[in-house]
Amino acid sequence: MGRITLDKITKKFGDVEVIPPLDLTINDGEFVVFVGPSGCGKSTLLRLIAGLEDVSGGEIRIDGSDATMVPPAKRGLAMVFQSYALYPHMTVRKNIAFPLRMAGMDPAEQDRRITAAADVLNLTDYLDRRPGQLSGGQRQRVAIGRAIVREPAAFLFDEPLSNLDAALRVGMRLEISELHKRLKTTMIYVTHDQVEAMTMADKIVVLRAGHIEQVGSPLELYRAPRNLFVAGFIGSPKMNLIDGPAAAPYQCKTIGIRPEHIAVSAESGDWKGTVGVSEHLGSDTFFHVKCDDISEPLTVRVGGEVDVHYGDTIWLRPDAAQIHRFDDAGLRIA
Amino acid sequence: MATKASRSAARIMMAPAVVLLLGWMLVPLLMTLWFSFRNYLPLRGGDLGWAGFDNYVRFVSSSAFWPSIQATLVIVGSVLVITLVFGILLALLLDQPMWGQGIVRILVIAPFFVMPTVSALVWKNMFMDPVNGLFAHLWRFFGADPISWLSDASMPSIVMIVSWQWLPFATLILLTAVQSLDGEQLEAAEMDGATKLKRFYFIILPHLGRAITIVILIQTIFLLAIFAEIFVTTGGAFGTRTLSYLIFQRVLESQNIGLGSAGGVYAIILANIVAIFLMRIVGKNLDN
Ligand SMILES: Nc1ncnc2c1ncn2[C@@H]1O[C@H](COP(=O)(O)OP(=O)(O)O)[C@@H](O)[C@H]1O
Ligand SMILES: [Mg+2]
Repeated sequence: MGRITLDKITKKFGDVEVIPPLDLTINDGEFVVFVGPSGCGKSTLLRLIAGLEDVSGGEIRIDGSDATMVPPAKRGLAMVFQSYALYPHMTVRKNIAFPLRMAGMDPAEQDRRITAAADVLNLTDYLDRRPGQLSGGQRQRVAIGRAIVREPAAFLFDEPLSNLDAALRVGMRLEISELHKRLKTTMIYVTHDQVEAMTMADKIVVLRAGHIEQVGSPLELYRAPRNLFVAGFIGSPKMNLIDGPAAAPYQCKTIGIRPEHIAVSAESGDWKGTVGVSEHLGSDTFFHVKCDDISEPLTVRVGGEVDVHYGDTIWLRPDAAQIHRFDDAGLRIA
Repeated sequence: MATKASRSAARIMMAPAVVLLLGWMLVPLLMTLWFSFRNYLPLRGGDLGWAGFDNYVRFVSSSAFWPSIQATLVIVGSVLVITLVFGILLALLLDQPMWGQGIVRILVIAPFFVMPTVSALVWKNMFMDPVNGLFAHLWRFFGADPISWLSDASMPSIVMIVSWQWLPFATLILLTAVQSLDGEQLEAAEMDGATKLKRFYFIILPHLGRAITIVILIQTIFLLAIFAEIFVTTGGAFGTRTLSYLIFQRVLESQNIGLGSAGGVYAIILANIVAIFLMRIVGKNLDN
């Protein structure tokens, strides 16, 4: 079981309120991702749940019982830190065994769990090495192994992949998702990378300056961002947000249109513009188009390779069904 | 990349320093060895010729020899234990955020800057004096009889004085080590269910291993040769005669340079035995 409820949680460092009153429910077995720009309070929120920081107000409930004042060790949560926080003087086996040893578990049972975890995480050959002799990805797996063997009510991950190179990150992302499917344990995952959020989450929590901007599944956030912040944060490349005369026909302050929802034509369209830099990825081509009556250049995605060059004149036509409208306060108009 | 030319240039430029250091070490060492085989009594006729191994045999067979070895080892061992235990506690304490941290840290380091002679005199006259010392006043305040520290509790007194001098050094080295510990490791251990004591034992202490090794090695080198503290307090009486103090007495009080030099050679051997032991026991901490 791992149902976590945050009830009007606040956190102040001195006079600075990092987390204003915040409510959130995380259901058992869910993969929840906290995403937001750096410094928005994601780690703080995670550490409040872990018990490594004391809340300034509000209540944390784990499986229905009040855990606000319960020390971290007693909450039954396991955390994977950004720096991995492995114990450098212990072998991989001892690192993974540490929580079990602290719990005074019977050695035979310890061995059984370590073997099982090492098997799942491909660490069997490295059990007698020290963390210093492992690669980044392997260290990450040891940190995860140390969390798994405890069989916690929930896993907490704080930007676990940010120290890995891009290729490894994609691999580990899949491994963690697969682990979640297999264990079916609640996971709370913090990242500033919206791609990680979109690919892994059952439920995304978008944070800005300690506030929850929106909670929903990846596709809900993609299809119906509640405000300009979420619209601009979720999706890659970013949604084009257009103010001014181009938005006027849609009776709103700002319209948003994703790069993949704009059609390109050499002859006709709604907006006429000049092609700027193009990015050829092979599968897709992104180009930046400077339109006549839109201040910011628009990003447009076209599938495959296209024969368009720097300085060409081009016509764009947004897909009317995919236009997001926002009012003066930046909120979505349904 | 060092080229052949730059390497030989480096050798030529280092040569004067190397030769000087070598001379500095070798000349006294060779002179000590030379005198240890001579019958050299400056006030009773000077160099009276070849003595063979007489000096070595006499030095060891003197009734003062084994007690002096024992006193040396007791002082070194006790001071090491005291400075390490209190050094670790102080380092952990000083690492806590607190008001006036900078000043407190300077105060803790201060004793290290007091010359050994001076600090021993301060202890002897201001604290341990059986009539006017602070301890005597304290004892009397509680209605107890003052202790004559330097005669009745001579060894603990010396150990106390020397520990007071070396505690700052140990604290300083250990404090830098404590500060370099990654806080996330402690948090991870906390989440893993380790109590404060277990976190200390399983995480902090192993992390301090290298610093502890350095403290042990450096202090041992200096403690084997302590002299001023004994000279100004007990003058080697009441069982506080260390090996280096015994050598001093043989050379200056008995005016027997040959005998003292033989003692010096024994001191070198003792230092090496201790060094080998230490390297065996703690030296492996310095690898990796
Ligand atoms: N121990 C602390 N003391 C004071 N301020 C802190 C502390 N920890 C975090 N903060 C502040 O809280 C805010 C949120 O930090 P954090 O939760 O680490 O952000 P994120 O993980 O989203 O990048 C930041 O502005 C940071 O400066
Ligand atoms: Mg963070």
